[in-house]
Amino acid sequence: MAWDWQVFLNDDGSGGRTYLQWMMDAWGWTVSVAASAWVVAMVVGALVGTMRTLTDNPWLVRLANVWVELFRNIPLLVQIFLWYFVVPKIFPVMQGIPSFVLVVFALGFFTSARIAEQVRAGIQSLPKGQRYAGMAMGFTTLQTYRYVLLPMAFRIILPPLTSESMNLLKNSSVAFAVSIAELTMFAMQAQEETSRGIEIYIAVTGLYAISAFAVNRIMSFIEKRVQIPGYVVAGGAGGGH
Amino acid sequence: MGGLDLTFVSWDIISKFVLGGFMFSIKLTIIATIGGILFGTILALMRLSGNKALTVIATVYVNGMRSVPLVMVILWFFLLVPLITGRPVGAELSATITFIAFEAAYFSEIMRAGIQSIPRGQVHAGQALGMTYSQNMRLVVLPQAFRNMLPVLLTQTIILFQDTSLVYAIGAYDLLKGFVTAGKIYGRPEEAYLMAAVLYFVVCFGLSALVKRLQNKIAIIR
Repeated sequence: MAWDWQVFLNDDGSGGRTYLQWMMDAWGWTVSVAASAWVVAMVVGALVGTMRTLTDNPWLVRLANVWVELFRNIPLLVQIFLWYFVVPKIFPVMQGIPSFVLVVFALGFFTSARIAEQVRAGIQSLPKGQRYAGMAMGFTTLQTYRYVLLPMAFRIILPPLTSESMNLLKNSSVAFAVSIAELTMFAMQAQEETSRGIEIYIAVTGLYAISAFAVNRIMSFIEKRVQIPGYVVAGGAGGGH
Repeated sequence: MGGLDLTFVSWDIISKFVLGGFMFSIKLTIIATIGGILFGTILALMRLSGNKALTVIATVYVNGMRSVPLVMVILWFFLLVPLITGRPVGAELSATITFIAFEAAYFSEIMRAGIQSIPRGQVHAGQALGMTYSQNMRLVVLPQAFRNMLPVLLTQTIILFQDTSLVYAIGAYDLLKGFVTAGKIYGRPEEAYLMAAVLYFVVCFGLSALVKRLQNKIAIIR
């Protein structure tokens, strides 16, 4: 079988757009979905993870635990279907929301459960003295978290956060299921239209690998920038995918 | 609120549409776990062997698999397997091969961490007893590594079970597909998705609770 890379210069039948341009658009969608979901996941994950350490308030802890178990024990694909089909049916107000937004929240909340787990572990790994130091300074709980605990906890969990961020990018591929025009969707459609599956898949796989590598570099850049001199952080292991 | 009617679900529908899919999901999970651990252990041993060529091959394989989304790997194998074998294979067989190959990369990382967690003194003790490399691995290192890693391996299996839903991409008939099909036929897709979510949740939550209990039980006391 011979290579035919020129397939990327063919018109994709939508009028004046080549498969290459289509793929680049798709890459843009993948990056947009992943980046938006990353913001949702970080904000919600930090919040829920923090709630799990507020032991004075058992109801907050329980609520946060329910959140984590709920979003961790249902497959991402099923969660995307829930957001796309079931939630708008139960809450008719949500019917007009574009599928991009729904996928971003589905992916964001799914990842937030994993991030919350890391944030909780990060906060709990800090010596008790840190919390007491905050209290001794007369900080409120909010201030203790904002100025003392969270800045340290986030630095400690940066390595697992890096792998969660890369997972998030890879998981954005599941958005194909609700017809978001991202890379996997492009791969499936272009493969069918051109029957040049191998060339198309190689290009798409390459773009995913490049993106994942870029996420890795960005995170390690952040890790270097926020590093506290003389403080050595032991890397944690991130699992899953 | 409202609009959902869960009463359409009956035992008849479950046994007709869902049960077969559920069985496939479980079968896929079990085969991929066993195959993945087997190949994963080989990959881990290759990476730790000290032989440069073996290390490079295993590292490239593991890192390659880990940097690509599972959906893409599923699509790749669905495209490639028929080209290699020269005849069309079903989505189910293709999915099984894919999951073994893909999960091997993740299991190998777990196994590598497990093997490295065994103190060097254990290896030296084995050597001092005159054991060969394979005896040392088989009788001293791997049994302890497996024990240390069992909770992580089982957690990975739960993730694997969730990931089997992605065979949706190639149309294999799994648990999710069973519910989707039933929902389509009876005109109740939303309820079907909801039921699928509940079933996945019950299975995964139950299993992870079991893993937690096991973890407390088998921890090696040192």
